[in-house]
Amino acid sequence: MMQTLYDKLWSQHVVHAESDDPNSMTLIYIDRHLVHEVTSPQAFESLRLAGRKPWRLNSILAVADHNVPTTDRSHGIHDPVSRLQVDTLDQNCDELGITEFKMNDMRQGIVHVIGPEQGATLPGMTVVCGDSHTSTHGAFGCLAFGIGTSEVEHVLATQCLLMKKSKTMQISVEGELGRGITAKDIALAIIGEIGTAGGTGYAIEFTGSAIRALSMEGRMTLCNMAIEAGARAGMVAVDDTTINYIKGRPFAPQDELWDKAVAYWRTLHSDADAVFDRTVKLDAVQIKPQVTWGTSPEMVTTIDGSVPDPSHIADEVKRHDMEQALNYMGLRPNTPIQQIMLDKIFIGSCTNSRIEDLRAAAQIVNGKHIAANIKQALVVPGSGLVKKQAEQEGLDQVFLAAGFEWREPGCSMCLAMNDDRLTAGERCASTSNRNFEGRQGPGGRTHLVSPAMAAAAAIAGHFVDVREIQQQS
Amino acid sequence: MNKFHTFTGLVAPLDRANVDTDAIIPKQFLKSIKRSGFGQNLFDEWRYLDHGERGMDSSKRVLNSEFVLNQARYSGVEILLARANFGCGSSREHAPWSLQDFGFRVIIAPSFADIFFNNCFKIGLLPIILDSGTVDYLFDEVKSIDGYRLTVDLHNQLITTAKNEVFNFAVDAFRKHCLLNGLDEIGLTLQHAEKIRQFEQKRRNEQPWLFA
Ligand code: SF4
Repeated sequence: MMQTLYDKLWSQHVVHAESDDPNSMTLIYIDRHLVHEVTSPQAFESLRLAGRKPWRLNSILAVADHNVPTTDRSHGIHDPVSRLQVDTLDQNCDELGITEFKMNDMRQGIVHVIGPEQGATLPGMTVVCGDSHTSTHGAFGCLAFGIGTSEVEHVLATQCLLMKKSKTMQISVEGELGRGITAKDIALAIIGEIGTAGGTGYAIEFTGSAIRALSMEGRMTLCNMAIEAGARAGMVAVDDTTINYIKGRPFAPQDELWDKAVAYWRTLHSDADAVFDRTVKLDAVQIKPQVTWGTSPEMVTTIDGSVPDPSHIADEVKRHDMEQALNYMGLRPNTPIQQIMLDKIFIGSCTNSRIEDLRAAAQIVNGKHIAANIKQALVVPGSGLVKKQAEQEGLDQVFLAAGFEWREPGCSMCLAMNDDRLTAGERCASTSNRNFEGRQGPGGRTHLVSPAMAAAAAIAGHFVDVREIQQQS
Repeated sequence: MNKFHTFTGLVAPLDRANVDTDAIIPKQFLKSIKRSGFGQNLFDEWRYLDHGERGMDSSKRVLNSEFVLNQARYSGVEILLARANFGCGSSREHAPWSLQDFGFRVIIAPSFADIFFNNCFKIGLLPIILDSGTVDYLFDEVKSIDGYRLTVDLHNQLITTAKNEVFNFAVDAFRKHCLLNGLDEIGLTLQHAEKIRQFEQKRRNEQPWLFA
């Protein structure tokens, strides 16, 4: 039978099925378990209380990212509560013998950046982490999804998870993207199309010529946002781009094992006639730069659009949600997006903090300066290695000269668990993935955009069409 | 995990779609390394008028009297009636923990986000999906009838109103079994330890690079 990529990955990992019914709970083997400080302490504690030990230590890679400061770290973490959480992770890893990149290790960074960067994420794997953006790793043709703390404990104790097979959705993006249009714009356009619950119950495979043309960084951005479309997992089939990216990375196989692995990885794509439960098609040429205006990623429009008008919405629940969102965002209906003035700029997060993202932003700001109304513009690289690479390319100097701050790696203002946050009423152009109420700080207002769009907005002080800027230069 | 028994509980309506886990339990409370004590900060930004931080004495904070869970008629609530896509956003299990710690045992909505839905079962909190017409009807009822209660019978998969209207709901057989019997999933999985070992050995032989 013809299989989708998801079907192949699933069937490769079935340890035990309760019955032949494909809807029954199934025990799935987990190859890679990524761990961070926020969702693991309770799991380690319960494991210990039950007198259990991790099943397979070399499946685990740990890093602290959510709570770490992005300013000078040589004196440790100032906030005692954050410090306790990071210390607890360090202790758990040291005690059990788990590989961890500690805060001052050059390889430290956001868990979803460092997994692929180290080659710890490989095609054909099942990858889990107590974090919803684990979907990012699906860019490598693996089955990757976020889990809760009880499941973290379950994987630690058994190397397996009990789960039900998802339905499959194909999102096909054919054609060539316009200049200045990025994977982030594809992701937001998709969410605008299917809604934040459109992918609920599905595993999404992104296909089509526009996806094949994306770099691994772009594919990761796209799969990262699959969860914002409601899908626990997003994935892209393996091709040369995937294989070239992995080659030579520290955790990647070498020599004969490499050849053997590559031969297997080449089979990780949907068969030509495989049938998906649902298919959505987008035309790449039609995708414009996207900007969110509300408090959910589906509240999105294009740079040449305006804030929508709730009075035109017939559905009462929808209208009410829209009014609530506009009220929170402090926006008037029908305001052109390009007239929205900004206070802060955040370039970072597991969505857009990789080298290609930083290059795209630096290209826009090069030789210019942030606008007078911008109170703070942050660039937070996704990992120590991304930071180093950017510095070798001189990107840090470009940002600093333009008035940006150049920080240490971590989640930072994506969720504001450390000191980087918006204050009430502040408006931010952010390359992260969630514009929920209070996400970047209580009362803060988030507009999701691509790195190039955030950079352009920093220079202008309000949203601008990055395609026009790029034409000038 | 405690066994899930049939009960009759007070219902409160939360009339918003897409309630995300950041709203259920804001991130400043995730810094705890414990599993308990999250109930006082459930829906913190909606429930209180002042900004909440960890370690604050919640009895001294300013309540938002308009927020549904602060209204006297819903005191002692055990069932939350919610809108579509409840629990979207992050995978934090702190969201179900805080709902449970507050006193909720059941959440009824037309749809839930996947990870949240899954997390609820792990701790014995029962998420129930009813069609949106029924949910609309229940919203009308709970808003107009003081002390509105529902009886939740997991064994027979039935919700019954005081007027004896009955609604069926679906639930996965395995999850139901675990809830009814208060079973520990890890213990159940470890009954298959030998199978897991065999699977692992085979995988190690075929794809040794995964075990480096
Ligand atoms: S960068 Fe943001 S979304 Fe990504 S793991 Fe960190 S907090 Fe979560």
